[in-house]
Amino acid sequence: MTVSILLFLPVVAAVLTLFFKNEVAKHAALFFALVELGLAISFVTGFVPNASIQYLVDVPWIPQFGIYFSAGIDGISMVMVLLTTVLVPLIILSTYEHQYKNGKAIYALILFMQAGLLTVFTALDGFLFYVGWEAALIPIYFICALWGGENRIRVNIKFFIYTFAGSLFMLVAIIYLYLQTPNKLYDIHSFYELSLSMKQQTWIFWGFFIAFAIKMPVFPFHTWQPDTYTEAPTAGTMMLSGIMLKMGIYGVIRWLIPNAPIAFAYWGYYALILSVIGIVYGSVIAFKQKDGKRLVAYSSIAHVGLIAAGIFAWSVQGLQGAMIQMVSHGINVVGMFFIWDIISRRLGTRDISLMGGIAKVAPKFSIAFLIIVLGTVALPLTNGFVGEFLLLKGVYNYTIVFAAVAGLTIIFGAVYMLRMYKNVMQGELNELTATFTDIKGSEKLVLGIICALIIIIGVYPQPLLHLSEASITNLFQTVSAKFAAAKF
Amino acid sequence: MTSIIIIAILPIVLLYLGLYKAQKALLPVAVLGLLAALVTSVMQWTTLDEAHSEFNGMLLYNNFSVAFSAISIISTILILLLSKGYFEKISNHIAEYYAIILFSLTGILVMVSYHNLTMMFIGIEIMSVSLYILAGIRKNDFASNEAALKYFLMGAFSTGFLLFGIALIYGATGSFDIDIIRDWVLSAGRKADPMFYTGVMLIIVGLCFKVGAAPFHFWTPDVYEGAPSLITLFMSTVVKVAGFAAFLRLFSACFLPIAQFWTPVLLVITILTLFIGNITALYQQSFKRMMAFSSISHAGYLLFAIVAIGASSATSIFMYSTAYSIASIIAFGGLILVRQQTGTDNFEGFNGLAGKNPFLALVLTVAMLSLAGIPLTAGFIGKFYMFSGALSQYRIWLVIVAVVNAIISIFYYFRVIIAMYFRSADREQVEVPAYYKFVLGFSALATIIVGVYPTLISGLIK
Repeated sequence: MTVSILLFLPVVAAVLTLFFKNEVAKHAALFFALVELGLAISFVTGFVPNASIQYLVDVPWIPQFGIYFSAGIDGISMVMVLLTTVLVPLIILSTYEHQYKNGKAIYALILFMQAGLLTVFTALDGFLFYVGWEAALIPIYFICALWGGENRIRVNIKFFIYTFAGSLFMLVAIIYLYLQTPNKLYDIHSFYELSLSMKQQTWIFWGFFIAFAIKMPVFPFHTWQPDTYTEAPTAGTMMLSGIMLKMGIYGVIRWLIPNAPIAFAYWGYYALILSVIGIVYGSVIAFKQKDGKRLVAYSSIAHVGLIAAGIFAWSVQGLQGAMIQMVSHGINVVGMFFIWDIISRRLGTRDISLMGGIAKVAPKFSIAFLIIVLGTVALPLTNGFVGEFLLLKGVYNYTIVFAAVAGLTIIFGAVYMLRMYKNVMQGELNELTATFTDIKGSEKLVLGIICALIIIIGVYPQPLLHLSEASITNLFQTVSAKFAAAKF
Repeated sequence: MTSIIIIAILPIVLLYLGLYKAQKALLPVAVLGLLAALVTSVMQWTTLDEAHSEFNGMLLYNNFSVAFSAISIISTILILLLSKGYFEKISNHIAEYYAIILFSLTGILVMVSYHNLTMMFIGIEIMSVSLYILAGIRKNDFASNEAALKYFLMGAFSTGFLLFGIALIYGATGSFDIDIIRDWVLSAGRKADPMFYTGVMLIIVGLCFKVGAAPFHFWTPDVYEGAPSLITLFMSTVVKVAGFAAFLRLFSACFLPIAQFWTPVLLVITILTLFIGNITALYQQSFKRMMAFSSISHAGYLLFAIVAIGASSATSIFMYSTAYSIASIIAFGGLILVRQQTGTDNFEGFNGLAGKNPFLALVLTVAMLSLAGIPLTAGFIGKFYMFSGALSQYRIWLVIVAVVNAIISIFYYFRVIIAMYFRSADREQVEVPAYYKFVLGFSALATIIVGVYPTLISGLIK
């Protein structure tokens, strides 16, 4: 069994979904997404958690240019594949209460995007990686621009141009690396074996960095993010924040640092500073937000900043923390956006100041909301804690100052998240919130699964950490050996 | 050679058919004749790329000429299929359209297979003279007349440059034959005569006029706008591709040893072309004019292959121009249909198209994505070849300029997509005739197939 089944199934599913009627398309899409999840689970059970690449597929694609359709799964990819395949059915399920105009198209686009995302997470060929990267971008652009809010046109063209610009610089970096390889191959291992000069690596570093920093987003490349998240339909926001931004983080681990290790040793410090600024900046602005969805969007900048900081601080703990925090952040942010989707669907507004007392009328909803908030603020025994602890440890080992700044901001994050919870759920009921009805059916199912994942990963993260451990250690040693050999 | 003869005789047959009022037979005969020419042309393709010369070395057939003949003939067939019902609206003498387009195609086939500078010149002139007539074929239309006059004056001017350049090169080397000129360049090396260098510069000017590269691009927007849409389509695809094929054939065969002399000049031309084309396209309100300026910027990308001239240049130009041609055919096909209904060339004409015509909106989206160079479409493969070629010669800044331009181009190509999908307007369904469905569907499919699996056609040259 090779990874190609995993990559092609969603494409086929996307095409098939278009043949269903609008009303049944969501069931079909959910079915396909669950089949994909089943496939991913069978991959996990057969996966040997060492540093090797498994389920490899490697067939010539454009051989005269050294391009192969080459993909495989190691520990790092496995975690990302699992995250994607778990979240996509949840996201589809979370749209069940929506009546989208021309609904089959949105489901087809979600499934097609899944193919792009999985390609990015498993590609071992630079060209394939780039194609997957863009194949994920086109559907999300259409999802956000077709079913989004009032300003969708202006906001989404900005989003598209931002990300497309970044990825073109990455393309140039990839082609440059290809031209340096002795056998003219786009294969990632040939890239890893290159020993480029500091100057060359600096170009490569920034070429990749711009693409990944825009996607994550890292300060100051984040300006597209809050608007896009706010204007997008909830399914789009979830795809973007839950899975797509992880493409950037994954890219840093897989493509940026190993391909430009010496430049990273020099420039990584500046990237770390940007990430830490992002943490503070995201938190401060989130504090002032009145729109719940926007608040979550800014808090996401802070959380992603911490993940990036943990990676740029370069330690095994930091990297492991990043892996698990990618999963946790994906689950929590999807939950958080779903919470706000439920609120705005019932009350017609997302303005926090208009709310209060919802816990009284919707006890089940309030429990789910509380668990997700606690996961987001990284309370021990929730999934957020494991990752943030490891990430802070990684940053702490690098410099105490950054760890202190980042750590204080996390506390700050707890303040605004809990304050949001308090304002929305507690206090007195008003005319608006008295109409709130408790969650039911598919909503209950989605929130139930998310809460269960938050607690299970929080209590017993070991299996997840174990999946990626060997690959991360291997990566760390290879790269560290390279910059030990080239001290300056 | 048979293909040139077929295409040269075909228009005469068509004129007679027109004379005997067999209007219905024009299109089938033209298409069948072109298919025959395509088959005879493709049959000359050899796996080892053996060249064989004809007419005492005036023409030389190799895989390069086969590939470019094939793409020119296929594009012409697609354009002719779009013309069903189109020319009848403009005039009563429709045989002359088919005939003149095919005369022009004869010139193009000579341009992609010449082996002698006189043949290059004759090919370009056969093509250009036909085009002067085609641009002005709406005899009573003011814009069409203006287009023809402008094109003729500018074209004649550039022909003068070209011819003077050829004369100077003849003066320096004593021959029109490409092999002899090349041997002369190799033996003379850097000590070659200033007369020769002047000749090369003048040829660059002449050819840049023909392909519409800045700063010799001033005729393009007005001519493209004034000419009937299908003629514009023919000029911006087949003619431009042939211009580049002729350009590359001459420079890779003869002037390669003195590349360090002319590449700086072309580098400046390329960068100017990219920026002028893209930035002006950004400000257009008319879709047709936007396509005209964007075709200037595509000329800029095509020039990459000549600036970074090397073994893969021919494949790069072939891939890029194939992608660009089929995407343009979709764009203009869509424009013609939309214009027939709304009566305007502007972007607003496309508002809300996706609601009533999902198929038309989808193929136009594929075309725009391909022109913008988004992966999984042929346009990306073309850009990828161009960037790879330029980077392989370490022209990093040139590629960065191209990247910036690719980003700018998103704005105007996406305006069409935004208008079709995200803006709403009261409109009726646009009627899409079966011929259009076939051509647009085929082109969209080809765009995606080439985008996913370029190996299918990239092996044609070499």
